[in-house]
Amino acid sequence: MNNQDKLRQAFVAALGVKPETVTDELQYNTIAEWDSTAHMVLIAELENVFDVMLDTDDIIDMSSVKHARLILQKYDIDFA
Amino acid sequence: MTMAEDYQSALSALLDEPVYGLSQSEKLTRLQAVFALLHEHHSQHCSAYHNMFRQPVTCNTPLDQLPFMAVRLFKLFALKSVPDNDVVKCLMSSGTSGQVPSRIFLDSLTSRMQSKALVKILQQFLGKQRLPMLIIDSPDVKGADGKLNARAAGIQGLAMFGRDHTYALNPDMTLNTDAISLFCQRYQDQPVLVFGFTFMVWQHFVSALKTSDMTLHLPHAHLFHSGGWKKLEAQKVSNETFKQQLLAVAGISAVTNFYGMAEQVGSVFMECEEGMLHAPVTAEVIVRNPYDLSLAKTGESGLIQVLSALPYSYPGYSILTEDRGTIHGVGDCKCGRSGTYFTVQGRLPKVEVRGCSDTSSSPGSGV
Repeated sequence: MNNQDKLRQAFVAALGVKPETVTDELQYNTIAEWDSTAHMVLIAELENVFDVMLDTDDIIDMSSVKHARLILQKYDIDFA
Repeated sequence: MTMAEDYQSALSALLDEPVYGLSQSEKLTRLQAVFALLHEHHSQHCSAYHNMFRQPVTCNTPLDQLPFMAVRLFKLFALKSVPDNDVVKCLMSSGTSGQVPSRIFLDSLTSRMQSKALVKILQQFLGKQRLPMLIIDSPDVKGADGKLNARAAGIQGLAMFGRDHTYALNPDMTLNTDAISLFCQRYQDQPVLVFGFTFMVWQHFVSALKTSDMTLHLPHAHLFHSGGWKKLEAQKVSNETFKQQLLAVAGISAVTNFYGMAEQVGSVFMECEEGMLHAPVTAEVIVRNPYDLSLAKTGESGLIQVLSALPYSYPGYSILTEDRGTIHGVGDCKCGRSGTYFTVQGRLPKVEVRGCSDTSSSPGSGV
C-alpha cells in the first residue's frame, strides 16, 4: 500500500467513513463523523500508521485531508 | 471586507501575538477593535443582545464601558448569533439535577478559534510536544447526542496535549487501579500530563488514594486542574493543602490551576509560579463592586467580569460571572508575564453551586 492509500485508510478507520468520502477537500467539522473527538482518534491512527509523533500545532492545523498530507510531509512521509 | 472577515483577520492577528507579551496599551487597543466588531455582529444577529444593549460601541470604547451580560442569561435563553444550520456543537454547563444548564452554541469558526487559543496558552506551560496523559475522570464522562457537557469539553480540550489517554476512574468514580498502575509503570521515568477538574482530583483521586492506602510515583508529572474550589472550600481544602497532598500520595510536584468558564471556552487564566491568574492576549478580566457594579480598585475584592475575543457564534464575549475575585496588578507580576493578574476567592454567597467539577454529584461529600 502506498502512502496515499495508507492515508485514506487511516481516515476510513478513524472516522468510520467510506473510502470515497476521503478526498483532499474533506474538511474538519464539516461532516458529523469528523468532530473533535474523532479528530483525536485520527491523530492517534496517523501516528501509528506513519510512525510519527505529531505535536499540538499539527493537531490544530490538520483542518482537511490535504493539510494532513502536508503535515505528514514535514515528517518526511513521501506522497509522490 | 465584510464584518465577519474583519473580525477573523483581527482575531487571527491577535492569536499570532505572544500570549503574555503585548504591552497592556497595545493589547487594549487590539481588543477594543475586536469587541467593536463583535458588538456589531451580535447586535445584528442576536435580537436578545440587540434589545439589551442599544448603546453604541466603537473601537474607542474602553473595555469597562462595554456591555456585559450576566452569566445566568445563558441558562434562561438560547442565545446565538449564527443561523441554526451553522451550529456544530452545543455545550452544556452544570447539568446536575435541579439546576438548569447553560447552553452555548458553537459554530465551526468559534470552535476552531477556541481550540487554537487554548493550545497557544497551554503551549506556554507544556511546550508543543504531547505527553502520555492520565485523565482524572471516567471514560463515561462523554455525553451522547452531540450535546457536550462542560466536563467532557474541558477534557477534550486538554486531550490535545496528551497521547495514550488513560482514564483513572471507573464509571462509578472509584479508582481504576489497574489502569493507573499500568500507566505509572510505563511512564514513571518520563514527563506525563495529568488533568482533572479540581473537585474530581481531590475527592476521587487524592482522597481515594489515601483511603485505599495507595501511593503513586509520578515524579515527572505536571497536573493541570480547573473548575473551582467551591466544594473544596466547604471542605476547608486550601490550594497549599491540595498541592501538599498531591505530592504525598502521587509524587506530583508540578501543579497548575486555571480559571475559565464553559461560557468562554478557550480563554483560560493560568496560575503562575506566584499563584496569580494571568489574562492571556485574547482575554481580559475586570472586577466590579457587587452592589453597584462600579469598578473595584486594584486589591479590592468584587465580582469578576470576563472578556474574551473568541465568542462569535453566541453573544458571550463580555460576561459578568458570579465569582468573587481581586485584581492585584497589571504587567508587574514577579513571574514576568505581562497583562492583568488576579486571584479568585470563590462564589458569591447564595448563588447556586455550579462549575464543571460539580456536574458529578457526590452523595458522600456532604455539600
